[in-house]
Amino acid sequence: MDRDISIRVKNLSRRFGSAWAIKNISFTVARGEIVGFLGPNGAGKSTTMRILSGILSAQSGSAWVGGISVASNPHEVKRRIGYMPENNPLPNDMRVVEYLRFRARLKELPSKKIRDAVENAMETCDLARTARRKIIGTLSKGFRQRVGIADALLGEPEVVIMDEPTIGLDPHQIHSIRELINSLRGRMTVILSSHILPEIERSCDRVVIINRGRVVASGTHKALCEEFMPGNRFCLHFAGKEARLLEALEDKGISGDVVQCDPVSDALQSMQLIVGQSEVTGSQILKALKGAPEISLHSLAPQTPNLEAIFLAATKRSWEETIEPQPATAIA
Amino acid sequence: MRHFWILFKHELRMLLISPTTYLAGGLFLCLMGFLYWAILREMIASPQDELPTVQFFKSFWIPTFFVVPLLTMRSIAGERSLGTLDTLLTTPTSRIALVMGKFSGAYCFYLLLWLATLGFPLIAENLLNKNNDSSIFLSSAPFFGSFLFIAVSGVLFIAIGIFTSSLTRSQLVAGMLAFTLLFVIIVGGQQLGAISEGGVALPTWIHAAVDYLHIFNHLDDFARGIVDTRPFFYYLSSGLMLLGLSALVIEAKA
Repeated sequence: MDRDISIRVKNLSRRFGSAWAIKNISFTVARGEIVGFLGPNGAGKSTTMRILSGILSAQSGSAWVGGISVASNPHEVKRRIGYMPENNPLPNDMRVVEYLRFRARLKELPSKKIRDAVENAMETCDLARTARRKIIGTLSKGFRQRVGIADALLGEPEVVIMDEPTIGLDPHQIHSIRELINSLRGRMTVILSSHILPEIERSCDRVVIINRGRVVASGTHKALCEEFMPGNRFCLHFAGKEARLLEALEDKGISGDVVQCDPVSDALQSMQLIVGQSEVTGSQILKALKGAPEISLHSLAPQTPNLEAIFLAATKRSWEETIEPQPATAIA
Repeated sequence: MRHFWILFKHELRMLLISPTTYLAGGLFLCLMGFLYWAILREMIASPQDELPTVQFFKSFWIPTFFVVPLLTMRSIAGERSLGTLDTLLTTPTSRIALVMGKFSGAYCFYLLLWLATLGFPLIAENLLNKNNDSSIFLSSAPFFGSFLFIAVSGVLFIAIGIFTSSLTRSQLVAGMLAFTLLFVIIVGGQQLGAISEGGVALPTWIHAAVDYLHIFNHLDDFARGIVDTRPFFYYLSSGLMLLGLSALVIEAKA
């Protein structure tokens, strides 16, 4: 197995009753990489994470963490993983430091290293000075999340899995958790799932999009853009006729599709344009429109598709591919 | 084994800081104190065949019905409803170590509660015994036998509580299930014994089976100093089987 691969998942399937939660999921995560898991509710993200962390067993397929099979040696895998489950469950009647020491002992950290490991985790999550002796039940949501992350980071495991680490947090708290996750880059392999797409976009090196139990897309932001949102996109504000603008572009060999064109004021229109040729740049469009005196260009901005657009395109495509045709029913 | 000790110490600690534990303990001691007082009043009113200690331990079933569910209902059901069971299972802890840790914590506290009832005969000895005859209140044989019975039967009773707690995420449902099962085992065994002793002609093997399950008969034997291996086998094997089933339930419901 490749030494640089930290997590390898191959044809993993798990069924609950008659419904498949995940079916033939395959992906890999490189060592030190931060990977985002995206998918609608019920897509299979949490099931995959639970299988990887050894809580659930898979019906078929294999998963390896650090080269160790999760199915055949779950205990060894658990020593290498820090897992923060969805909703971050914590015992309400323990103090932060006591809880983290208890967790460190359960994670089989050597007795001499427990104190240092707990101090490091609290320091990393900014708990050491503010919440060390506080009872967990009295902490704010943000601090509770920090305690959950500190628990996952105890002993610097090889792989950290976090299920919705920023759910329910305010923008300040999200920012600090994002910085915390960014600080782990290169030191640990991190898998995190979130519904907050800008979060994933900013924190993750790579994205795996899951829908209806299948991996529908996987890759870097740029690769996903090329796959699901091909072509260059521009936003133009102009005065003149839409048809004339497209003609002027075609005269210069630039063929574009209009996604949307709305009037902004009496004379001004806003247009979103996709240009199929990837080599076409903004300056070429400017040059093409210079030769059309009846078009007055007010602004031109290139647009990069955000993760939300990619996510919607990828999940829509997977829905179209996996949906079964319904038999026609006669209406009486 | 390392995980078992960690979980056992944690469990004891959590029991000691939980208000429910003190509620259960307080109720237990009040009720048992009242029962002991009632037994002493009976002795004053009319001569009795049995020592107060033997009579006292014969009422073991009254506190068992509420103390065992109160002590055990939160053990696994509480962890499951809070979600902390998942976090426990992400550590290299085995399911068996988890169940045994929970069981041992509750069992130790159960024994501690019963040990606290030693205070009643000591108080009675100091306040009421004017003849300096310690065999009335502090006779050692019934004490030892009855405590051995409490300790051995406690394995099964606490295991029932842990098992019912593993079945559900609702503490209330777990408590009610534990109460029902305890009722069936204690009262059901007694009723079967009553049928068997009521002159109904039963095949020998059924008679032997009923005797085997009759918990009150076990107590009588223990209190008389007869330490038979059959009750030991019954309580320990049933208790261990229920603990094993609890581990399987946790595995299946993960």
